[in-house]
Amino acid sequence: MDALQLWISTALTLCILSFLWKDNPLYKLAEHLFVGISAGYYIALAWQETIRPNLVEEVARGNWIRLGAAILGVLMFTRFVPKISWLSRWPLAFVVGMYAGINVIAFASGDLILQLQSTMVDVVHDGWTAVSNVILVIGLATSLIYFYFSKEQKGALGVVSRIGIFFLMISFGASFGYTVMSRMSLAIGRTRELMVSPATTGILLLAVAVFLFVWGRRQRSTGEGA
Amino acid sequence: MTARRSWRERLEFIDRRWLFLILAFAIVLPLVVDLPLPLYVSPMVQDLYDAIEDLPDGSTVLISADYDPSGKPELEPFHLALIHQLAEKKVKMVMYSLWPAATPITEAVLAEAGLTTDYGYRKDVDYVLLGYKEGQQIAMRSIQKSLKGTFPVDRDGTPSNEIPLLQHYDTYTDFAMLINVSAGSPGVKEYVQNVQSITGVPMVAACTAVSGPDYVPYYKAGQLLGLAAGMKGAAEYEKLVGRPGLAMAGMSAQSASHILLIAFIVFGNVMYFLARRSGGAR
Repeated sequence: MDALQLWISTALTLCILSFLWKDNPLYKLAEHLFVGISAGYYIALAWQETIRPNLVEEVARGNWIRLGAAILGVLMFTRFVPKISWLSRWPLAFVVGMYAGINVIAFASGDLILQLQSTMVDVVHDGWTAVSNVILVIGLATSLIYFYFSKEQKGALGVVSRIGIFFLMISFGASFGYTVMSRMSLAIGRTRELMVSPATTGILLLAVAVFLFVWGRRQRSTGEGA
Repeated sequence: MTARRSWRERLEFIDRRWLFLILAFAIVLPLVVDLPLPLYVSPMVQDLYDAIEDLPDGSTVLISADYDPSGKPELEPFHLALIHQLAEKKVKMVMYSLWPAATPITEAVLAEAGLTTDYGYRKDVDYVLLGYKEGQQIAMRSIQKSLKGTFPVDRDGTPSNEIPLLQHYDTYTDFAMLINVSAGSPGVKEYVQNVQSITGVPMVAACTAVSGPDYVPYYKAGQLLGLAAGMKGAAEYEKLVGRPGLAMAGMSAQSASHILLIAFIVFGNVMYFLARRSGGAR
């Protein structure tokens, strides 16, 4: 069973990586398999983890109020019937309102107040920490001013705003660097999986290469790839 | 007949598949040939390690593992080292997940760490695996009301009310610490916003590198006691725990690929400026 699993995972990884050469049927096959299996998996999961325990079993126990949620859920499907599609706005309104309420409180307590508090720092004492704190305060103030659109950013405001852009660029650079690191980690992870059995990878790599070669030649001869 | 291209033009229009091939070599070679490179521990990871080390022996922590197979290369090494550090301190663990694919990964991590076989942990007495719960932030809020209410049964179907370890633990604040191993949403951000900032429960986290910059402000503000970002964070943590694993082994490949990408960026810019100087900027 483990061997079969290894062959399947290696084959699918190589099919996906074959996209680096060019778009081809092997890549499409792996992509469609992924989409189909994911959809099936999440439908089964929704039934197993959400609908059955929270609706079917609860209603069976006599918790009828859960039927209200079920009705709202069914109303979402009215989008497919143009005449009564307006009914789908009710469950949407419920979801939007609920998440807005939850997120407003969460954002205010987690991001706004505590993050503001953490920028109120000592910029005088404590040696190098104070220097770091000064940079933090300047970066925060100038970046905020960059997003102040009620006055044309010319003169002194323009200079401050330009300094803000520098801080934002440094932040974007750091984010990009971390993103590259993350993508490289994924590549390393897949490479490591491919190296579990070099023989399996070698055979499948050869098979993929032969397929791409034959397919490429056939495409050229029929002029499809032009 | 087409004119021969100069070397500069040939480099400028190099087929990107050559770059992919070079990158593949930069990743594979360090994995095959051992390239020991120095690894420094950042303050964020040191603080994470210290926060766990400062937990009283025998205390109980809540672990939310929220990642799937795509996040494994970055997060599984941390997860494994975390279980080792906690087990060595005899810390009891209550584990669950808000990501559907994370529970099987957690089971594999527990087996690989030898939680029951090597450390002698007993199921439902020293550790509990509650499984997956749908609902994202709603589930997080629900746990604050009642963990046992949110998870009426554990992964194996045992009623939560009958689990000995859960007799005295039912909300976040009952636990000594909340540990989140997260690959995205719901994860660190949602836990900080919905749980930590409201309940004040001590929290540490590990995340993928791509989310690292978003969560550093939480560490700077003291909302997170420590943070390990990406494979590098996991490697630093493995070093502190004293269990070199897949993250440390992957760091030389990581470094080699980064050096190559920097070289590509420099190369691309040099070619751009050369083209501009000769009046052919594109």
